[in-house]
Amino acid sequence: MTSGFWKRNQQTLAPALFLAPGLLFFAFYVLFPILQSFQISLYEWDGLSPAQPVGLQNYRQLFDDPAFYTSLWNNLLWLVLYLLAIPAGLAIALFLNQTVTGIRIYKSLFFFPFVVSQVVVGLVFTWFYDPTFGLLNTLLGAVGMDPVNILGDPSKVTYGIIAAGLWPQTAYCMILYLTGLNSVDPEQVEAGRLDGAKGLRMLWHVILPQLRPATFICFVVTIIGALRSFDLISIMTQGGPFGSSRVLAFYMFEVALSEYGFRMGYGAAIAVVLFGIMMIYIAGFLWKMYRDERGA
Amino acid sequence: MYPTPVARTSRPWRITYQALLPLALIAWLLPLIGVAVFSIKPAADFAQGNYWGWPSAFEGAANYALVFTGSDMPRYLLNSVLITVPTVLGAVALSCMTGFALGVYRFRGNLLIFFMFVAGNFVPFQILMVPVRDLTLSMGLYDTKTGLVLFHIAFQTGFCTLFMRNFIRALPRPLIEAARVEGVSEIRIFLHVVLPLMKPAIAALSVLIFTFIWNDYFWAIVLTQGSGSQPVTAGITSFNAQYRAAYHLMSAGSIVAALPPVAMFFAMQRHFIAGLTLGAVK
Repeated sequence: MTSGFWKRNQQTLAPALFLAPGLLFFAFYVLFPILQSFQISLYEWDGLSPAQPVGLQNYRQLFDDPAFYTSLWNNLLWLVLYLLAIPAGLAIALFLNQTVTGIRIYKSLFFFPFVVSQVVVGLVFTWFYDPTFGLLNTLLGAVGMDPVNILGDPSKVTYGIIAAGLWPQTAYCMILYLTGLNSVDPEQVEAGRLDGAKGLRMLWHVILPQLRPATFICFVVTIIGALRSFDLISIMTQGGPFGSSRVLAFYMFEVALSEYGFRMGYGAAIAVVLFGIMMIYIAGFLWKMYRDERGA
Repeated sequence: MYPTPVARTSRPWRITYQALLPLALIAWLLPLIGVAVFSIKPAADFAQGNYWGWPSAFEGAANYALVFTGSDMPRYLLNSVLITVPTVLGAVALSCMTGFALGVYRFRGNLLIFFMFVAGNFVPFQILMVPVRDLTLSMGLYDTKTGLVLFHIAFQTGFCTLFMRNFIRALPRPLIEAARVEGVSEIRIFLHVVLPLMKPAIAALSVLIFTFIWNDYFWAIVLTQGSGSQPVTAGITSFNAQYRAAYHLMSAGSIVAALPPVAMFFAMQRHFIAGLTLGAVK
């Protein structure tokens, strides 16, 4: 009896059964908490005592908070400057797209920084920038320049951290482009050569159009990476000096979970702003996927 | 091939290229090489200001031995393994099923559910911090490896579903149709027809997720504290507090913490890159 029911309906039941565990898990830990963040942002809550509803007060306070604007501005810097990983990754990929002996080892070693944890990248660059013994200042000193304290200077610190972040991100884009270059149609390249296209003209008119899927993925992963930046800031500066290197993700962590107090509602309001920024990109990405699905 | 293969260019450029390769690599990895050199120097070198000169002695063995004997590092490394491996198994198992459901069946809401997985996976995960920490606390799983593993599995399922679904979509459909015509049940189709074909995707995802989870720092400090449950990425900061300014030890510790995913990458390179670059070519 039951097996008869299963046999007749398994085409409809099977997808539900296969989806259920993953979807429930994902809804419980990811989708539902996103909605909860919106709700918590309307409360004043220290995580222990009962939450007090305060309406939009957290948001009003946010708009008068200079630390919020510093974080927002730094997020924009991250978003814009992090994109440099794309041309840099393309340049290294073009440099390494050869068939000389040992090139595979070179490609792997160039990719190395991406595999290393950001915590270690942060430590490595903290020492690299160190004003007394860091390799950077040792090199600057060797060519007769004054030492610079990159991580101690509010006007330079974010650029220094972004540079550290660009290191693994460039490696990521490089590997995407190397794969893309592998599948460039050799006939089109030869045809371009016969037409007299060379160097940058060839790159722009023949190669880059074929690399479009790789470029798109580079954009997606780089923008996500920029908005998720947290580890490097936490390791290298703890948001300092004087809070000048905070980004939204880090500032939210500070207000909600550090010695500055446990203001969950205020933290959730910052999360909502960050979510809003990200939603612009997610919507764009989903729109492109939707068009591809319809076309396929 | 673009750019022009060096074998087809002039001799001087060929030689220049061969010379440039190692130089560029050294420049690229310079910060890491610095740490590697630090990790084999004796403490005396740093006291005397010999940071970048030739090591006065090679103390690599002693430094690395101290990392394993003089601190909680072995504990943290074990925690990392106990967090990473169950997460990989869980996320891959769940996403094989969700990927199968979304990739094979046509039903209303299929695309909507798929997009929910994709969008959830792309959010800056920090915005989940307050609710997820509260959730973990209320389930009594705060500061446990289980609490961390459960969240990681759930979050990684988003990315893994995207990956698996697209992989299954590209499999030959007639294979499934033929099995159905022969009366094979849907569960058997999953187990005996589709799953064997998914081996490359499972391998690729496993190494990717291993690396992502091993290198996670944010959730480690939000959901756990102390050497009882924290992974090595969080442990390295307490290690550094313990050996403040002992650069030879901090370097050796960092290298130990970074090594497992690096080893994984070199051992499974083909799968790793196949996973990472899925979608980079049409």
